[in-house]
Amino acid sequence: MAESLYYRTAAELSRALESKELSSEEIVRSVIERTRAVDDKVSAFISFDEGDALERARASDRRRAEGKALGPLDGIPVGIKDVLAVEGQPLTCASRMLGKFVSPYDATAIARLKAAGAVPWGRLNMDEFAMGSSTENSSVKTTSNPWNTDCIPGGSSGGSAACVAAGEAPISLGSDTGGSIRQPAALCGVVGMKPTYGLVSRYGLVAFASSLDQIGPFAHTVEDAAILLQAVAGHDDRDSSSYRTDIPDYRKELSSRKGPWKLGIPKEYFGEGLDPEVARAIEAAIDFYRGEGCEIVDVSLPHTEHAVGVYYIIATAEASSNLARYDGVRYSHRSAEATDAIDLYFKSRAEGFGPEVKRRVILGTYVLSSGYYDAYYLKAQKVRTLIRRDFLQAYEKVDALLTPTTPSPAFRKGEKTDDPLQMYLSDIFTISANLAGIPGISIPCGFSESGLPIGLQILGQPFQEADLFAIARRFEQAHDYHTRHPSL
Amino acid sequence: MEYEAVIGLEVHVQIKTESKMFARVGAGYGREPNTLTDPVVLGLPGTLPVMNKRAIDQIIKAGLMLGCEIAPVCKWDRKNYFYPDSPKNYQISQYDQPICIGGQLEIELPGSSRNVMGEHKFIELTRIHLEEDVGKLNHFENDSLVDYNRAGTPLMEIVSEPDMHSGDEAYAYLTALRQIMVQGGISDCDMEKGQLRCDANISIRPKGADMLGVKVELKNLNSISGVRNGIDFEIKRQIKVVQSGGQVIQETRRWDADAGAATPMRTKEMAHDYRYFPDPDLMPVRVDQDWLQRIRETIPELPFERQRRYFDEFDLPYTVTSVLVPDLKLSDFFEEAVKECGEPKAVANWIANDLLRDLSAAGTPIDDSKLRPEHIAGLVKLVKDGVISNNIAKDVFIDMFKSGDRPEDIVEKKGLKQSSDTGELTGICNEVIAANPKSVEDYKAGKENAINFLKGQVMKATRGKANPQVVDQVLRTELDKL
Amino acid sequence: MAHDGIDIDYVANLARIALTDEEKERFSGQLGQVLEYIEKLDTVDVSGVEPTAHAFPLENVWRDDKAEPAMPVEVALKNAPAARQNMIVVPKVVE
Repeated sequence: MAESLYYRTAAELSRALESKELSSEEIVRSVIERTRAVDDKVSAFISFDEGDALERARASDRRRAEGKALGPLDGIPVGIKDVLAVEGQPLTCASRMLGKFVSPYDATAIARLKAAGAVPWGRLNMDEFAMGSSTENSSVKTTSNPWNTDCIPGGSSGGSAACVAAGEAPISLGSDTGGSIRQPAALCGVVGMKPTYGLVSRYGLVAFASSLDQIGPFAHTVEDAAILLQAVAGHDDRDSSSYRTDIPDYRKELSSRKGPWKLGIPKEYFGEGLDPEVARAIEAAIDFYRGEGCEIVDVSLPHTEHAVGVYYIIATAEASSNLARYDGVRYSHRSAEATDAIDLYFKSRAEGFGPEVKRRVILGTYVLSSGYYDAYYLKAQKVRTLIRRDFLQAYEKVDALLTPTTPSPAFRKGEKTDDPLQMYLSDIFTISANLAGIPGISIPCGFSESGLPIGLQILGQPFQEADLFAIARRFEQAHDYHTRHPSL
Repeated sequence: MEYEAVIGLEVHVQIKTESKMFARVGAGYGREPNTLTDPVVLGLPGTLPVMNKRAIDQIIKAGLMLGCEIAPVCKWDRKNYFYPDSPKNYQISQYDQPICIGGQLEIELPGSSRNVMGEHKFIELTRIHLEEDVGKLNHFENDSLVDYNRAGTPLMEIVSEPDMHSGDEAYAYLTALRQIMVQGGISDCDMEKGQLRCDANISIRPKGADMLGVKVELKNLNSISGVRNGIDFEIKRQIKVVQSGGQVIQETRRWDADAGAATPMRTKEMAHDYRYFPDPDLMPVRVDQDWLQRIRETIPELPFERQRRYFDEFDLPYTVTSVLVPDLKLSDFFEEAVKECGEPKAVANWIANDLLRDLSAAGTPIDDSKLRPEHIAGLVKLVKDGVISNNIAKDVFIDMFKSGDRPEDIVEKKGLKQSSDTGELTGICNEVIAANPKSVEDYKAGKENAINFLKGQVMKATRGKANPQVVDQVLRTELDKL
Repeated sequence: MAHDGIDIDYVANLARIALTDEEKERFSGQLGQVLEYIEKLDTVDVSGVEPTAHAFPLENVWRDDKAEPAMPVEVALKNAPAARQNMIVVPKVVE
C-alpha cells in the first residue's frame, strides 16, 4: 500500500480521505518520502518545506474530523512551480536574480488552493523565468525526465511535469506561455492543460509574457486536471485580463458531455520534421476517435508557420519590459561591484540573469527599440490576429483540433542548448494556442520504442475547457498509458 | 535684432484620489517613508495593475473643463526606462492614444496696475494623459535613499502647445490652470507637496520668424514664481548666447531658485528610447456619451466665467472679483450671502476686507470659520434697515467672527440698536447745546462745521447708537429755536 | 524588414545588461539566426488587419477608489538588499 500511495490520483486520495482510509498527514508524508527517495535522480524540486506541508496536512485532518472538509482538494498536496507566489515561501523562478526572494503575498491561484484546503508542496524547477523548453535554463539544476534521466523533461514547467510523473506529487501547477505546460506533460507522460487566456488569474504568477501566460494543472488523469483547474479558475479583480464567465462543474461535465465531436486535423501540424513514432501515435489516436463515431475533418490553419516568429517577437518584447524590475534595487540580486546607480543595473542584471534570459531580453529590447517597432512588434501583433482568426474559422467547422503536442519525444540533455532556434522550434505545435488565447490539453497517447512518452494535444474553443476534458477523457478511458509509471 | 521667446509647458498634476492609480493602497503625502506601499506599488514579481475608476473620472473632468476632446477609446502603454524611483522600470502611461486631446486654457496677463484687469488670451493645449507617479529619491553624500510612498499616485500630464512668450504668460497659465484643478476638485495643486510640477520647453527666434529655435528643457520649477523667474532667466541666457555669436544647444537645465540660475543636467545616461508598447496587463478605456454627461453635471463654473457674471449680474468692481473668483469657497460664500440679502456690493466688501483680514489673522480656513454667509447677510440687512450704523456694524462683525452668534442677537444683547427716537434725542441734543455755548455761537455765526462737533458730542453721549441723520435733524431744529 | 544585425551595444545599453565580448559575439550570431527566421513574416500580407494586443478584447476593467491598508514597512523592505531609515539604499544617483 505505502509504496503505491504516491501514485494514486487526487480523486482516489480524496475518496480515501473521505472514507477515513487515509489521513492528509499520511498522504503528505508519502509524498515527502517519495521526494526524498527519488528527487536526487529527478531534480524536480528547487526546495520544499516539509514542516509547512505537514502543518497544513494536520490542519486539514482536523477540519475533516470536525466535519468541515473544504472539498475534493482538502488535504491533497499540490506541487507548485517556482513561478507562483506563496506567502512566506521562496519565489526564485529558478533565477539567481531572485535567489533570496521570499514572497510576502499569495498568488490568487494559491490563495484559492489554500481556500480549498490543498497543501502547496515544494518549489518546482523550471527554466529561468519560464524561458525554455527543457529546464536546462534553470540556474539551479536541470530536471531529468523520469522515463529516462538522460533526457530532458521538457519545459519550462519541467519540474511540475516530472514531479507528477515520478510520484513526488499527485498533481501540480505550472504555467504555459508557449507550451510550457503541454510540452513537458507530453514528454513526461502526464496530463497537462493550458486553459483559455483569462480563465485563471495571473495575479501572483511571475510574468514572462503577460499576453500569453496562463496557469494550468498537471495530473495523471483528466479528472484530476479538471479538479485542480476547478479550484483555481474564475474571475479575479486583481487581474484586468481575467474574464467574467460562468465556470461549469468540470468533473460533472466529464460524464455528461458524451460527444460525438467533430474533430479537426490541421494539416500544418503533420508536415516534415514530425518524428515518425509521434506521427504513428497521433494517427492511432485519430483512428480511435473516428472509431468512437467522431467526425474527423481536415482543416487548415494557414498562418501556423509564422507562429514561432510572432511568438518570439511578442513574448520577448513583453519579457524585456516585465523583467526590467529585476535591477538590484528593491528585492532582486544586487551586484557587490557597482560604483553608481546606473552601474548597479548593468552589473546586477549581468550577474543575476542566465544566458537565455539575457538573449531574450536583448531580442525583446531590440524589437521594441526606436525604428524597429512597426517592422517587428506591430507586424507580429497583426499576424497574431490572423493566427487567432485561423482558429476561430476552424472552430466554425469543428469542436476541437487534434495535433501532436511536440514534434518528437524527449530529447537528450545538452542536445539543443547551443542552438536557440532549434530549441524554439520544438515549441512549434504549442505556441499558436497561446497566441490565439485558446485552451489546449496534452494527454499521454503512446510511447516511443525507447520507452519515452508521446503526447496528444487537443485544442479547444475559448472557454470550452469542459469539452476538452470530455474529449480527452474518452481517449483516456480506452487506454492505459496514464496508468504506466517510470521505474526510478 | 529683437528676439521672441517661444514657451511650451508640461505640467504634471497629481489627481486627488483615496487609493493609487493601479494599486489599492492609499495615496497621500507626508507619511513615514515606505508606509504607502503594497506588492503592486513595489512592482513585486507577479503583481498586476488594475485601474482606479475615479482617476479616470477626474481626468475626464479636467479635460472637459479645459475644452479638450475626450477620446472615445484610449489605451495604456509602457514607457520603459531605468531609474531607482521607478519600481517596475517602466511607467504605465499613455503614448499615442491619450484620453484628452487638444483644449485651451484662458489666462489673464498682468494689468497696468493691480486694480486694472489685464489682457485675456487662450493658450492651446496639445493633450492631457494619465500615468502613474514615481517614488522619491533622497540624495546623500555617498548614496541615495528611495521612498516609494509617492509611487503609483495618479498623475496627469498636461502638455501645452508652444504658445507662450514670456515668464508672465507662463505664470498666468499656471495660475489659471491651478484654479481650475482646485475648483474642479481634481487636485489640491500644492506645489510644495509636489502635487503640481512644471517643466518648460524654451526657445528663442528672431521676432516675426516662423521657425522654432533649438529648445532647452527647464526642470525643477518648484513654485509658480519660480516658473516665471526661471523662464525669464533662461530667455535672457539664450538671447545672450545668440547675441554673442554662439548657438543654443539642445539640453536639459535645472533651475535653482536659491541661486536664481539654471545649470545643465547630466542626462546622457538617461536613455531616450522609451520602447513604448501597449501594456498587456491593462485593458483600453472606452468613454461613452452617458459617462461624459454624468461628469459634465459635476463641473463647476470656470473662474473667468464667474468673474464675467459678477461684472454683469452684480456690477462688482474688478478688484473685488479678483479677490473672490480665484477661490471657489469664497465665491460660494459670497453668493450664498447675496442670495439671502440681495446686496452684492456690501457683501463683497465685507468678505474682501473684513472677513479675509480676520481669517488670515486667525489662521482659520473658511470652512472652519464660525462666521457663515447668513451672518454677513444678516449684518448687511441690519445696516440697510438702519438698525445699526456702519461703524457699529464693524464691531458686530468682530464679535460674530469670534463667537459665531447671530448679528441680530449681538445687537440685541449689547443694546447696539441705533436710536431714532426724536424725543429721547431732543433731550440729549439740548444737553449738548447747553454744554457747548462756543460751538452754538459759531454755528449761529454761520460756521457750518460747528454742527459736526455737536453731532460728535451727541454720538459720544449715545455711545454711537444714535442715527446720525436723525441727530443732524434734531440739532438743527433745536439750534434754530435759540 | 531585412535585418542588418543587432547593434548589440546599443540594445544591451537600453536593456541595462553588461555583456562580455564573448556574449556579445555569441548573442549577435544566435539572434541573427532568429531574426533571419523571423523574416518569414515579410511574406504575410497584413493590410487592413488590426493588431492584437490582448488575447481577448475586454474594456473598462477597473476598481472603485477605495484604499486598502498598506503593507507594513518591515514587510516592504524585507527583501531589500540594503535599507536605511526605512528607505532603500542605492548607490549615489547623479542628476
